[in-house]
Amino acid sequence: MVVFPGTNCERDCALVLERLGAGVELLWHTESDLHGADIVVLPGGFAHGDYLRTGAIARFSPVMDAVTTHARSGGLVIGICNGFQVLCEAGLLPGALRKNRGLSFLCRWIEVRVCNYGTPFTGRAEQGQTLRLPINHFEGGYYCDESTLAELQENGQVTLRYEDNPNGSLEDIAGITNAAGNVLGLMPHPERACEALLGSEDGVVLLASMIDSALQAA
Amino acid sequence: MSRYLAKVDVMPKDGISDPQGQTIERALPALGLQGISSVRVGKSISLQIDAADEGDARRRVSEVCARLLANPVIESFHVVVLPL
Repeated sequence: MVVFPGTNCERDCALVLERLGAGVELLWHTESDLHGADIVVLPGGFAHGDYLRTGAIARFSPVMDAVTTHARSGGLVIGICNGFQVLCEAGLLPGALRKNRGLSFLCRWIEVRVCNYGTPFTGRAEQGQTLRLPINHFEGGYYCDESTLAELQENGQVTLRYEDNPNGSLEDIAGITNAAGNVLGLMPHPERACEALLGSEDGVVLLASMIDSALQAA
Repeated sequence: MSRYLAKVDVMPKDGISDPQGQTIERALPALGLQGISSVRVGKSISLQIDAADEGDARRRVSEVCARLLANPVIESFHVVVLPL
């Protein structure tokens, strides 16, 4: 679990992943070694204060070299919200996240449709399943150029789509993987939807699928 | 080596919608102003750089823009270099 200055969702993510059976270690952004992690989580927050652009400075944190090596060699990486923005800036996912349409900070529950069941993050999703998850962002409008969009669609990289687009995201995109499928970025927060008491347990589908995949690979 | 002042403008790329610019544009009629269109909002960044000559300074600042100051997916940049 990578922690940049300004990251603020790492404890929620750690708690949920531990409950799902994963061992979690918080890794300060100056570390250059991942300590043998099977999964790298870039949690939400405001890495480096979101100065310049969201994720722009975080990309140059020393830990990102190790994250890039891990991702390029097929290791699982999930970037949630600000973590998605960091992955785009780092070039591990295509495209960029822009300010929401309407310039509103959005903090509410939304529904996303699972569009690809074959990724390491969606193994537990049922055909046609929608997930009820919270969003909490100002820069969540996904954008990429036409040829990149065509590639995303051809390769099945669009993993999650909003049922009712809240932020002007291109093609209702809420989450994408890289071409190899081992890196997922998504704007909604699955870790905040893992207890019925909090309004939804649908986040478990994605996070438990990811742990399943890591166990299968080990 | 000489020192140069670089002025960098980072703008949303042509064809990419700019909600900030659109919001400002919609506010203009309330001021009684007519005939203003195509409002776009970007960033202006200034920095100083030690370089062999103006071309060297411009080249290195452009590299900084491409790698950090602008996101080439959604933004374009323009660099002006002035001797100090």
